Amino acid sequence: MEHITATCIISDHIVYTNGKAVFEPPSAEGQDFLLSVYQHTGVQYPKFYKMDNLSKLGWLACELLLRQGFRSADYRPEEVAVVLSNANASLDTDDKYFATVKDIPSPAVFVYTLPNIMIGEICIRHHFKGENAFFIFESFNAAFLAQYVHGLMASGSARACICGWVDVLGEEYKAALFLVEEAGGATPLSAENINQLFQINTRHE
Amino acid sequence: MKDIFVVSDNIVSPLGATTAENFSRLKAGISAVRRHERPAMADEPFYAALFDPETGTSGPYTKFEQLLLVSISDAIGNGHIDPRDPRTILILSTTKGNISLLETAPAGSATADPWLNRRMALHTSARLIADHFHFANTPVVISNACISGILALLTAMRLIDSGSYDMAVVAGADVISKFVLSGFGSFQAISPGPCRPFDLSRDGINLGEGAGTIVLSSREKYHGGIRFRGGAVGNDANHISGPSRTGQELCQVINKSLAEAGLTAGEIGFISAHGTATLYNDEMEAKAITMAGLQSVPVNSLKAYYGHTLGAAGLIESIVTLQSMRENLVLPSLGFEDNGVSMPLNICSSLLHTSLYSCLKTASGFGGCNAAVVMSQ
Repeated sequence: MEHITATCIISDHIVYTNGKAVFEPPSAEGQDFLLSVYQHTGVQYPKFYKMDNLSKLGWLACELLLRQGFRSADYRPEEVAVVLSNANASLDTDDKYFATVKDIPSPAVFVYTLPNIMIGEICIRHHFKGENAFFIFESFNAAFLAQYVHGLMASGSARACICGWVDVLGEEYKAALFLVEEAGGATPLSAENINQLFQINTRHE
Repeated sequence: MKDIFVVSDNIVSPLGATTAENFSRLKAGISAVRRHERPAMADEPFYAALFDPETGTSGPYTKFEQLLLVSISDAIGNGHIDPRDPRTILILSTTKGNISLLETAPAGSATADPWLNRRMALHTSARLIADHFHFANTPVVISNACISGILALLTAMRLIDSGSYDMAVVAGADVISKFVLSGFGSFQAISPGPCRPFDLSRDGINLGEGAGTIVLSSREKYHGGIRFRGGAVGNDANHISGPSRTGQELCQVINKSLAEAGLTAGEIGFISAHGTATLYNDEMEAKAITMAGLQSVPVNSLKAYYGHTLGAAGLIESIVTLQSMRENLVLPSLGFEDNGVSMPLNICSSLLHTSLYSCLKTASGFGGCNAAVVMSQ
């Protein structure tokens, strides 16, 4: 039976891990907010600065997710899957890339006009070589995600999976990542549980 | 994985509007790649496989959606599929979908204008297409660079295997416009002439437009045709825009696919490679195929016939593989003359009549992703 063993949600200028608000910069918007979360991680990773906002957001959420007890030594690189989804694909960066076309088209921006580049950035950072998938839905589809991730793990295609939703469009953004592992944990992988965890920042606690 | 059978399929490309039309042109050695002078897309002439400029320019649906509608309509018609069936799912694959809408809008408005970003969104296209055919379930969209088509097939296989659905209509499409052309151009990745996969003089890709649809089912009444038996996806964890230097990760994906299909390398009779004709992709693939023990297996790339059709490529090229299996015929890898990779492969250079039982289709893409599927008859 698969369990959700950690969560990280970044939304409305607050970072939550495992259901608790852990970081809220004094006042920050868009790019500055992502930079302050990066500084909060304390990591030196120069590639971060080259990423688009979607990759930065997903990368940061994954960084903080994996600090919640993930033991990379328990897995071979090809056993860890990354399955992400959103509504706007890479539209935020598509707009920025096309603005460069009138002048000199920028390969450094063009490469980010695919949403799965964020998965690539996560895989490079953590040396994950397992299953990948990027799905587009109008809104967060917990039922599909639970079904797909369960399928991957039940068939032996993955032993751990980082899954969830990372969406950016202009000033609007939300990241919600879940670590799913085979054993342990109090929260079984289910659409209901994922949905409940996803809604964290709209609950009044 | 349980056996998942092909019910019907379709290719819509500049070569034709059905699988049969496409395959007969391919057998005759006809390529869709031409020299184009289209100032709206590029200042300089370029080689690509494109529809006529007026294709898909009228009506309520975008060109991207029209390609999918035409392709899906033919495939479900041939297969006598009822999309209203609650056990049937629609799965779509694309990289850039409606991106051309951004090109005619004021700068920044794709982000700022809620109407435009909703109209461009891939889930909007998916809903329009699902509604058109009255699909009962919410469609799934996959956008995972150049492995999107293979991943869409694999997603269908997995959803059927797990018992979530009995049938899947899997369709992919991409349209070439200034956005995509300028982007690959900025990478210096586009060949100044027709592309030459695996050849010594290869110097980049041609882009192509098209759509492909495969209907899959585990239902008893479809048993007996060609079946999809296994597949896998993986990541190089190396570079976002360049492939692995060793090919080890694609090799691992091939090995996993064969294991899931219950086959050994010696049982594969043909490989439909990704073969984009960039220096690095073809070299990486040659290493991976060799490492997987498949270096003597006949292999081709269809990129010199269709160009790189991006999110449609995995579907179109899988459908050509299905047709090759039905006719026991491997197509020559157009554009190949002299070996240009460090691990020579058995690149097919003329029509090869041979009994095909099991075949492998591979793909790789930006973001370091690799994918493979195995088919048998």
